[in-house]
Amino acid sequence: MTYLDHAATTPMLPEVLATMTEQLGRVGNASSLHASGRAARRSAEQSRERLAEALGARPSEVVFTGGGTESDNLAVKGLFWARRQADSRRRRIVVSPAEHHAVLDSVEWLAKHDGADVTWLRVEPTGRITPDAFAEALGDGSDVAVASVMWANNEIGTVTDIAALAALAREVGVPLHTDAVQAVGQVPVDFGASGADALTMTGHKLGGPMGAGALLLRRDAECTPLLHGGGQERDVRSGTLDVAAIVGLAVATVASVNSREERAARLADLRGRLVAGVVAQVPDVQLNGAPLDDRIGGGPGRLPGNAHLSFPGAEGDALLMLLDARGIECSTGSACSAGVARPSHVLLATGADTDRARSSLRFSLGHTSTDDDVDAVLEVIGPVVERARRAGMNQR
Amino acid sequence: MRVLAAMSGGVDSAVAAALAVDAGHDVTGVHLALSPDRQMLRSGARGCCSVEDAHDARRVADELGIPFYVWDLADRFREDVVDDFVAEYAAGRTPNPCLRCNEKIKFSAVLDRAQALGFDAVVTGHHARLHEGELRRSVDAGKDQSYVLGVLRPDQLASAMFPLGSITKDRVREIAAERGFAVAGKPDSHDICFIPDGDTRGFLARTLGSRPGPVVDAATGATVGQHDGTYGFTVGQRKGLGVSVGDQRPRYVLGIEPVTRTVTIGTQDLTGIGEVRTGVPTWTGPAPALPLAAHVQLRAHGTPVPCEVLADDGGLRIVLAEEQRGVAPGQSAVLYEPDPARGDRVLGQAAVQTARERNETVRH
Repeated sequence: MTYLDHAATTPMLPEVLATMTEQLGRVGNASSLHASGRAARRSAEQSRERLAEALGARPSEVVFTGGGTESDNLAVKGLFWARRQADSRRRRIVVSPAEHHAVLDSVEWLAKHDGADVTWLRVEPTGRITPDAFAEALGDGSDVAVASVMWANNEIGTVTDIAALAALAREVGVPLHTDAVQAVGQVPVDFGASGADALTMTGHKLGGPMGAGALLLRRDAECTPLLHGGGQERDVRSGTLDVAAIVGLAVATVASVNSREERAARLADLRGRLVAGVVAQVPDVQLNGAPLDDRIGGGPGRLPGNAHLSFPGAEGDALLMLLDARGIECSTGSACSAGVARPSHVLLATGADTDRARSSLRFSLGHTSTDDDVDAVLEVIGPVVERARRAGMNQR
Repeated sequence: MRVLAAMSGGVDSAVAAALAVDAGHDVTGVHLALSPDRQMLRSGARGCCSVEDAHDARRVADELGIPFYVWDLADRFREDVVDDFVAEYAAGRTPNPCLRCNEKIKFSAVLDRAQALGFDAVVTGHHARLHEGELRRSVDAGKDQSYVLGVLRPDQLASAMFPLGSITKDRVREIAAERGFAVAGKPDSHDICFIPDGDTRGFLARTLGSRPGPVVDAATGATVGQHDGTYGFTVGQRKGLGVSVGDQRPRYVLGIEPVTRTVTIGTQDLTGIGEVRTGVPTWTGPAPALPLAAHVQLRAHGTPVPCEVLADDGGLRIVLAEEQRGVAPGQSAVLYEPDPARGDRVLGQAAVQTARERNETVRH
């Protein structure tokens, strides 16, 4: 099996599995006052400190959640509600149309049900949001409740200079949320240095467990809770702490951040060989997103493990099916709840036409990826593309 | 063989896929998303392309351990089946959309794509027997679906597999239950899948709008009422005519004339049909020599009638041995060669163009 879908989820690190297994065998509610509770709380708080340190945050800025989707919902809705509560003129949300659905659908829900006005940011053909476009959308900021721009795009891997955007948001007093689910462990992420007010991260994209994530939230950011209850997590996110998952999340984050530089270099090499090999066999293939060697804000302009390609005349759906039948796992854009493949909203946001959006495939490499994986793709990609092209675009 | 199992989410296609796996084929499951509204949620038996049905199909595929994908054929389906259905009604005819779907979608668009992707055949859960290119009725007479497959050509049948033809529907449900499929008890679907509420007339009224015209009594030629659209009527229909004729005898729809939008009605003695003329036929095998003695079935679940089939200016003239009622233009006349031992064999089909009463036939 050739697994090249690490951006969907990546295998758990062995040390995470070991630590979590140990923790799962222990009793104790981190909110209890007795010895078992204190032990659980100690594990959770140690994890909070380690995770905060790895990401340039203070421990008190870490709000543990059930994952990326919850963190995005909490940030977008919570900041919107709190800011509008403080000043009813703040109804505008500034957001990129290339965001993950956890952000997009939260924004659209607020627009539909809660009187939010949405300003969609102009997206560069690479998928990046420029400071100019951001400043233009913010205006004087007086009517803006919240802005949200992802650190690195989950589909095409483009990195945006969040620090530059955060500085602009700060000037006009608007809180900036950034979805860094794909960025953490792949590119340098320092929450404090970035100047962002809220940052989403999750465990299972970097070798931790599913269902565990965090929202890094500045102490001075007002955020209305989604979940009410026992008042855990600064009263912003009630619910009994899942200590085993939190321990796993922290171990994975620390390990992933510490090994990032070495891994990023290795994955960028593998990815470069993958793309070059595909180009050699399918000369008209199109690379989506930023150039492979792109730089932004002193770091990589594209996630090192991301290769997002369009194969003109072939359907992404057909390519995926043919590769799957040959033991190669990758992904297309998103699918609706019935499983119907939709043209990638990210590519459409970059200005790509529907055909290009429908003919795309994402290969995402991760910590277990090897030369053999790249070889396996290169061995079959030529005939697979040829066959998918014969099956034709839209079966016409 | 590498085969593609079309999985609707119902029990038939689930068991068909399972039997294909048992037979040793390399099976991939595909759910066809046909509804223009993909978020549509419908109750169990209704419709064939809801989110729930896609989920049911996926569950079975996962249990079988086969790959599963959803193919979006909503545009093709709308053009080739739904639009055709509406246009046929607008033209005063009575189409069978399931037949059209088999002809244009399942064994054309899907089969073409499957073959291009390297599959050898398409497997469906139709109740019909297919052996060495010969299409026959299911062993389960009550569930037989050979009628809606009668439109398939030899090249389409050569790449089709119907694993359920030799077992009864009860047995299909037993197999599903034995395998623990959650769809084992799922009700059969009866309605036209794109009209989930079963209200064909309402659907056509919404689609076509009001197209009023006269209702004329055949005996007197007098206009006895008005209607809002000929699509509300089918030849042979008795109920819901919305007119009252002096003699109080029941009236039936005898004919629909789309240009003047005239619906002609008459008494029961005028409804009998002795022969039909058709458009160009399709054959499931080599075209048979005409004239030909055969049986003809004029609608899904209709009773087959002995007949003589003659060539007629590119189409067919089918002379019925017994009078039939309610034969409407647009319906498919599916021809069978009776064979009690192996199952009646489907010879081919042609769309009814005109239906005449026996007396006229005699005059020819």
